[in-house]
Amino acid sequence: MPFIPHTEDDVRAMLAAIGVQSIDDLFDEIPAALRSRGLQHVPPGVSEMDITRLMHERAVQDGFYLNFIGAGAYEHHIPAAVWQIATRGEFYSAYTPYQAEASQGTLQLLYEYQTMMTLLTGMDVTNASLYDGASALAEAVLMAVRTHKSSKRVLMPLTVPPVYRKVVRTLVKDQNIELVPVPYANTQGHTDLLTLQQYAGQDFAALVMPQPNFFGVIEPSDEIAAWAKQNGMLTIALVNPISLALLRPPGEWGADIVVGEGQPLGVPLASGGPYFGFMACREQYVRQMPGRIVGATQDVEGKVGYTLTLQAREQHIRRSKATSNICTNQGLAVTAATIYMALLGPEGLARVAQASHANTLALSQKLAAVPGVKRAFVTPMFHEFVLQLDAPAGSVLQAMRTQGILGGVTLAHDYPELGEAILVCVTETKNAADLDLYVQALSAALQSTTNSGRHSWLM
Amino acid sequence: MTTPANLKYTKLHEWVKEEVDGSVTVGITHHAQEMLGDLVFVEAPTVGRQVKQGEECAVVESVKAAADVYAPLSGEVLAVNPELAGAPEMINADAYAAWIFKLKPNSPAEFGGLLDAAAYQTIADAEQH
Repeated sequence: MPFIPHTEDDVRAMLAAIGVQSIDDLFDEIPAALRSRGLQHVPPGVSEMDITRLMHERAVQDGFYLNFIGAGAYEHHIPAAVWQIATRGEFYSAYTPYQAEASQGTLQLLYEYQTMMTLLTGMDVTNASLYDGASALAEAVLMAVRTHKSSKRVLMPLTVPPVYRKVVRTLVKDQNIELVPVPYANTQGHTDLLTLQQYAGQDFAALVMPQPNFFGVIEPSDEIAAWAKQNGMLTIALVNPISLALLRPPGEWGADIVVGEGQPLGVPLASGGPYFGFMACREQYVRQMPGRIVGATQDVEGKVGYTLTLQAREQHIRRSKATSNICTNQGLAVTAATIYMALLGPEGLARVAQASHANTLALSQKLAAVPGVKRAFVTPMFHEFVLQLDAPAGSVLQAMRTQGILGGVTLAHDYPELGEAILVCVTETKNAADLDLYVQALSAALQSTTNSGRHSWLM
Repeated sequence: MTTPANLKYTKLHEWVKEEVDGSVTVGITHHAQEMLGDLVFVEAPTVGRQVKQGEECAVVESVKAAADVYAPLSGEVLAVNPELAGAPEMINADAYAAWIFKLKPNSPAEFGGLLDAAAYQTIADAEQH
């Protein structure tokens, strides 16, 4: 849908039609005392040439780093065609059109997106996307509680990303929903049945199952989902969409609702957003699913058409009883993801996943030879792992940074029990030379940090 | 369609039929289904649930709206109409035959508050205009 601005003539004609002199007059009812008198700290405008130069100078200050940070947002190669196509005028509108059926192209794209995500997750239905991965998980928790009816308690393993747990807490805390943390098995870094047994027979609406989990570890999701089912709860899968090209889809291991962050599918890191959340479920739960769903139908001439469907769940009809009042979807990011998936196809997506996994495995093997470094959990992983260091994690990462490498994120704040631990991610964007650079930088950083540590201790 | 005289009604468009065994059968009125249009889904209450008079206990969803169905009387849900899951349009075809759930009432005193056919017809007519 193209963006068509109003010309000055349009504006004049509209003002004349309603008998108003100027646009400012429309805001007359706001008292003068409440109005901002200009933005004092905003500098005057500059020319395009000057601003381009300024931005180039600032960009250089950001530096260029070899990035080994994941932890929820992942650097993948994005084919140039993705954003070339996504930014075509017809697509370049980041919002659901209000007169949805007038935009058949937009609806068709969303329908294709839903179909791809449904295939990837092994579910029956996918919505047209949500705000981001963390809020999608919160929506899944709310949906599970609505579906379950009798319980408002949800099991939330500590292997769910800490930021996600915080967002969920924020969004559900005023609805009397209790999130019960589940500790992980210390040596394996994943949830296990032994720990879960203490909750058996209690009334829970759902269990959240991250796959892979925050540590990059593969959870024993089959047996855990089966346990949840035996104990009368739904399983909410929180998955990385790229990993689904290698791992079995959650629909096959017993998930009832599947959510995740869509960013890895063709959306750049871009300082943390905009991203998009995805949500899929089994058909029996569709009426409790939030967000928009595009359906295919036939017009009076028998031609395929696309339409918003199941709208009776939504806020413009159900008001306060709607399944969600966050109905917004992230149209532009979803457009990019759909094009990304279409360009790569199942084989391409599997190659991305395989290359990421192989690189991660290769780096972890190289690091096994480095003194003062050990993997916290020697369990199967996807494309991230936790390293425990013999030196302060923050200082080591800082030292690596000065050598142009973002070595990972420290887990000191969220998982103090792991000691000096960092979470490292390797995707298909890295080659063998990059991995060697990482090993060298980490070794050097450990040495310098340990030496300077001794030095200050001697003083 | 005439409003059957052998049934009781609520202001919120439920009909109530007293059965010989003391239970009651509940549905929505012809007027209600007409206002909603083609029904596509009925969410029935769970059998065994205790409901209070006036409590939301079912949802009827049409192509253009979704409306709550309220318990006309306090009591326990005894049964739900299994046919509606696959054929919600039965309510459009004959609202007084297509029951939604059966209740075992707790408090006979609440019967007194229900409307007779004439009183309900007045309410429905007022909404039509």
